[in-house]
Amino acid sequence: MIEVIDYKAGNLTSVVKALNFLGAETHVTQSPDDVRNATKIVLPGVGHFRATQLLHDLQLTAATREAIANGVPFLGICVGLQWLYDGSTEADTTDGLGHFNSTVERFPTHFQEAGLKSPHVGWNSLEAIREDSRLLRGIAPGSFVYYTHSWRAPVSADTAAATEYGGSFTAAVERNNVMGVQFHPEKSGETGLQILRNFLEL
Amino acid sequence: MLTKRIIACLDVRDGRVVKGIQFLDIIDAGDPAELAHRHAALGADEIVLLDITATHEGRGTLLETVKRAASQLFIPFTVGGGIRSAADAEAVFTAGADKVSINSSAIARPELIGEIGASFGAQAVIVAIDARRATTGNAITDAEVYVSGGRKPTGRKVIDWAREAEDRGAGEILLTSMDSDGTRSGFDNELTAAVSSAVQIPVIASGGAGNAQHFADVFKAGRADAALAASIFHFGVTSSLALKEELAAQGIPMRLPC
Repeated sequence: MIEVIDYKAGNLTSVVKALNFLGAETHVTQSPDDVRNATKIVLPGVGHFRATQLLHDLQLTAATREAIANGVPFLGICVGLQWLYDGSTEADTTDGLGHFNSTVERFPTHFQEAGLKSPHVGWNSLEAIREDSRLLRGIAPGSFVYYTHSWRAPVSADTAAATEYGGSFTAAVERNNVMGVQFHPEKSGETGLQILRNFLEL
Repeated sequence: MLTKRIIACLDVRDGRVVKGIQFLDIIDAGDPAELAHRHAALGADEIVLLDITATHEGRGTLLETVKRAASQLFIPFTVGGGIRSAADAEAVFTAGADKVSINSSAIARPELIGEIGASFGAQAVIVAIDARRATTGNAITDAEVYVSGGRKPTGRKVIDWAREAEDRGAGEILLTSMDSDGTRSGFDNELTAAVSSAVQIPVIASGGAGNAQHFADVFKAGRADAALAASIFHFGVTSSLALKEELAAQGIPMRLPC
C-alpha cells in the first residue's frame, strides 16, 4: 500500500487526489507499522517546519528510516523534502531525518533590489535536471512547476534538479529510493502528474 | 525564472458562472467545473472560484461545485465567498480547494487570517481587498476598502489593510479595483503598484482586464505578481494561451508551453 503520512501539516486532499487520479491506491496514516510495511511512502506537507516534530513524537522517524533502509521508495513534498535534511532554520529545535546533510534556510527576506519577493510563489522552471534521475525521467529542462515556500535546501551532489530564484536551490533531490521535491507536483499540471507517475512506477 | 501568473476567475452564483459588469449586469456563462477545466487546458496558471453572492445573501460556498471542479484540476485552485470561520475554510479545503480567499469576514474579524493559516499554512490564505480610489485627499494612499461585494465602505485604507493582512499571516493579496472592475479599460496600475510595494507577499491584480496590453501594463507598471481575469475569457475573446504568448513576446516571463 502507498502510505501518505498525515502529520497535520496542511491539506492532504490534493496530493491524495492526484495519486488516485493516476490510478494509485493510497492510505492516509499516522501509524509506524503502516509506514514500516508500506510499498511506497509519500510525505506531503506545507507550512511550518516545526510541524514535523509530530513525526518524531509518533515514532514515525524510526519507522521511515527502517523502510527506506529496506529500499521502499520515499517521496517528500515541500516541507516533506525539507524534513529529509538535517533540519531547518525555521525550527531550530526540531531535527530533520538527516538523510541529506545540509540545513534548510530561508530566502533573504529583503532582496527587493533584485525585484524578488519572499515567499517564492508561482510557476518556476526546472533546470540542471540530472540525467540519471528516475523521478524526473522524461521531464524536459525548463519545464514549469508550482512553488509556494520561503525556505529551501541548497544545491548538493544529491540535487536532481535546481530552480533559480535569487540563486539556485534544490528543486528535487534524489539518492537511490529517497526523493523529494520542493514544488507541488500535485499542482503542477501535466509536468507534475508525470513526476508523480514516475514515482508510482518505481 | 519565476513567471507572472494569469489567473482565470469564475464568479459563481447559484452554481453557474456569471460575470458582473461593475458588479451589476450579470450574464450566465456556464458550468463552473467545465469552465475550470477548459481554462486549465487553455493555459490558465491558476483558477479562482468566487461565490459572488455568498456574503450579502448569507449563502455558504457551494461545496459540491468546488468538489466537482477540483476533482480533475491539477493547478492551484482558490475558492472564496461566504467563508466566515476556520471551519468554513476547512470544508472548502476538504472539498478540494488549495487556497481560500476571504474578504468581508477578514475585515470583520482579522484574527480569522491567522486562524486559517495556523491549520492550513499561510500560503492557503488569500486576503481579497475591494478597493476604491479616494475622491478626497490622495487617490492612491487614501484609497478605501469596501466590503459586501463593493457595497459598503469600511473607512479603512487599502495600503494599511494590506500590510495588516500580511502581518497577520496572509499568503497573498487579491486586489480588486472597484473603479476598474467590469470596464475592460485596464487595471488600476498605480494602486496595484502601491500595494505591491507595501508588502512582501504576492499581489494579484483584478478588475478592468480588456486586452493583452492591460496585462502587460499591470505586470510592469503595476508590479503585479499575478493578474486575474474573467469575462474576457468566457466568451471566446481570447484564451490564456494566446494572452500568454502575446505577453511573452513583450518579454514578460510566462509559463509556456503549459
